[in-house]
Amino acid sequence: MDQMTPFPLQPGTPADAPQPLVSIENLRVEFETDGGTVVGVDDVTFTINPGETVCVVGESGSGKSVTSLSLMRLVEFGGGRIAGGRLMFAPRDAVAIDLAGAAPEFMRALRGNEIGMIFQEPMTSLNPVFTIERQLTDGLRVHRGLRRGEARARALQLLRNVRIPEPERRLGQYPHELSGGMRQRVVIAMAMACEPRLLIADEPTTALDVTIQAEILALIDRLKRENGMAVLFITHDMAVVAQMADRVVVMYRGKIVEEGRVKDIFEDPQADYTRMLLAAVPKLGDMGGTVAPERMRTLDAEGGAAGTAAVKRGKPQPLLEVRNLSTRFPVKGGVLRRTVANVHAVEDVSFTINVGETLSLVGESGCGKSTCGRSILRLVEPQAGEIWLNGREIRGLPRGELRKARREMQMVFQDPFASLNPYRRLRDQVAEPLVNFGLAPKAEIEHRVAQLFDRVELPRSFLDRYPHELSGGQRQRVAIARAIAPNPKLVIADEAVSALDVSVQAQVLNLLMELQADLGLSFLFISHDFAVVERISHHVGVMYLGRLVELGPRPAVFEDPRHPYTKALMSAVPVADPRRRRMHEAPSAKPIASPILPLGHQPEASRYDEVTPGHFVLNWN
Amino acid sequence: MKRFLTPKGAIGVTLVLLMFLTAVVAPLVIPADFATRMTMSARLRPPSSLHWLGTDQLGRDLLYRVMLGARTSLMIAAAAVVMSLALGLPLGMISGFYRGRIDNVLMRLVDTLLSFPVLLLALTISAMLGPSVPNAIIAIGVAFTPFLARIVRGEALRVTQMPYVEAARAAGANDVQLIVRHVLPNVMPPIIVQATISLAFAILAEAGLSFLGLGTQPPQSSWGLMIQASRDYLDVAPWTGLVPGGAVALTVLGLNMSGDILRDVFDPRTN
Repeated sequence: MDQMTPFPLQPGTPADAPQPLVSIENLRVEFETDGGTVVGVDDVTFTINPGETVCVVGESGSGKSVTSLSLMRLVEFGGGRIAGGRLMFAPRDAVAIDLAGAAPEFMRALRGNEIGMIFQEPMTSLNPVFTIERQLTDGLRVHRGLRRGEARARALQLLRNVRIPEPERRLGQYPHELSGGMRQRVVIAMAMACEPRLLIADEPTTALDVTIQAEILALIDRLKRENGMAVLFITHDMAVVAQMADRVVVMYRGKIVEEGRVKDIFEDPQADYTRMLLAAVPKLGDMGGTVAPERMRTLDAEGGAAGTAAVKRGKPQPLLEVRNLSTRFPVKGGVLRRTVANVHAVEDVSFTINVGETLSLVGESGCGKSTCGRSILRLVEPQAGEIWLNGREIRGLPRGELRKARREMQMVFQDPFASLNPYRRLRDQVAEPLVNFGLAPKAEIEHRVAQLFDRVELPRSFLDRYPHELSGGQRQRVAIARAIAPNPKLVIADEAVSALDVSVQAQVLNLLMELQADLGLSFLFISHDFAVVERISHHVGVMYLGRLVELGPRPAVFEDPRHPYTKALMSAVPVADPRRRRMHEAPSAKPIASPILPLGHQPEASRYDEVTPGHFVLNWN
Repeated sequence: MKRFLTPKGAIGVTLVLLMFLTAVVAPLVIPADFATRMTMSARLRPPSSLHWLGTDQLGRDLLYRVMLGARTSLMIAAAAVVMSLALGLPLGMISGFYRGRIDNVLMRLVDTLLSFPVLLLALTISAMLGPSVPNAIIAIGVAFTPFLARIVRGEALRVTQMPYVEAARAAGANDVQLIVRHVLPNVMPPIIVQATISLAFAILAEAGLSFLGLGTQPPQSSWGLMIQASRDYLDVAPWTGLVPGGAVALTVLGLNMSGDILRDVFDPRTN
């Protein structure tokens, strides 16, 4: 098995045709599980030419990561086995060899040297107990035999290449001292250390905010051009594909369904699955010229106006009014664990949601959008401000009254795996609000729960199941059924579709819009995804460092953003259209402002300019 | 049920069942005086066809004694674990669920108890209350409480922050409903495992207390008491110590091997 098979020259191949760097042929990977052999990928064949970016795109379980891990022969450490096919790779000045049969020592010499890899989580792919210098120089000393001083000089050079500010200082720092974006730059620098011929990037920006994602994508693109390196880019995000790819491989359930140049894939997709995937991706800017939200196109449903039938579109009636809401968390420090500072998570936020309408709060991680939603339900206690729901003030309610008031406002959480109790039957979980609020007699509850399952399009056979038996999308439907069970007026959806695959995301978004139309629900939709927000919102609020920096009707905010932060965000969002590439690498030198402020700090009140009726922009001077 | 019975689990469950069966059945079928009947002519006899496991220094049959002692030993251990659960579960639950000041107060108390060696603590309590079986149960139960309380608190802290607890709160559940329906079932798996391990340690603690004269009182038989009695004769008649010691060892082994199975049986994800 250890012998190296020479790459067969195809007869009749023109001599000047580029020799592919990687040629995966009929790859089949199997996993041994308790339930028998599971095929991870089957009959996967594609090539990567030198200097080319190939994006492998697919939803969870499509086998895209298994493919890349097989090429590194790392799949064996995850319990997988390469059961068939060849993985031809052409190392520097050597004949191509089949990695599927290569010896472990050979693979070790190859990894990090000829093939670099970037993983998804910059938080966990760096070892927390070693300095950046140690982690950067390890590979150089092993693969290149550099001495300490030389390795250090090269490490500095690498940090400059990935545009990390103050590289000298970073060398002595530990991973936790760096921001997520900077960590991912360090990971990229590590992967680039030995100037690999191939860089494998497995969802490298999925855990990052859009502005940082834009920087990292531009960085990878620049490094590729400067070094003539090929990139195998694994992602679930069609928008990222459109921005990065030369060629695209679309995978579904372990098989390739389509392969082609990026423009062809986006403009003339051949496979039904590719068409569905593209249709399900909301494109930023698609909604130009419309006023109301629109349904997503899915395979079994046409797009089109979401319809707000239940609410006569007359004069908008306010349902929820939030005034000057502020929420702070204490930061404990010192030996006595006394409060030494406050995190100003939500700072002087005011907005109104009308009956039957959706207001979206959008912003990057840590901007306070989730805290804002939870403050309204008083799942965290706000420090100041007023919350008026249907003419009743929520903040001043005693505990018992608050519990009753929560019937009117329910919540759907981000992670459908964590928001359902693993030990309770779905029937009991959906019935819970009915029981708690005493909304239905015992005999009727069963019937009501079954109706709710119909309403969210789940089969009644699921009633007696446990959460682990369902897929992510199905669980989120259960969570939605639970939220609408007590007939609330307001539903707060906190990143409710972020953890779902795009096709499922589209279905759940459509369900939410249907429920709004049928039941006259109001939504507070909290999301980091601009394209989704554009699709489903009537009004949009952009948050930054706890404050609303811009608030207004969706068309106004998206088509005429005024605040510099809103503009920066909008320009960073990747668009699922290869003709609208926008690669611009901003150096990541801007200091990240901190919402942690000393005790007793009195922040200024938010002052807004009304630029057009209903469109407010925070004074930023 | 079949799928839980890995070879390891099967051995564990068999051992535990065997011991508990003995504890229940032995006193019903073996006349009580078999364990106390002394045969002065047959003292410290090695195992033979007449006395399968030999006899002790008073000529009592060790097989009968170890079988009749099973009930005392296992009963004390089980009652002590139940008691430590009854104390530790609410203590840890309140600490982990409410956090804040009450957590601080309760956990400092628990930490204080934790800083004493278990046997020393049990010894002190037993000595204060006087030597008897119920007092041995109380002593062991109290001494084991801090371990359980700590684990329950840690789990409750984690579970209380899970989105499904927040979701239930948003769905109008009050604190009691939250604890009973959502937190408790989810903290149980590690508690079940800890309880089986505690049971093993409680058997050892009972043996220790009885060994020191603070647990079971003669002429009643218990494994710890038997080990204590064997001390002076170990050089001439090692079987007098090996028999009760072996019973303790097999039970502890069985409990440790079956703890994980018990947890899996209660988990809907593995059913």
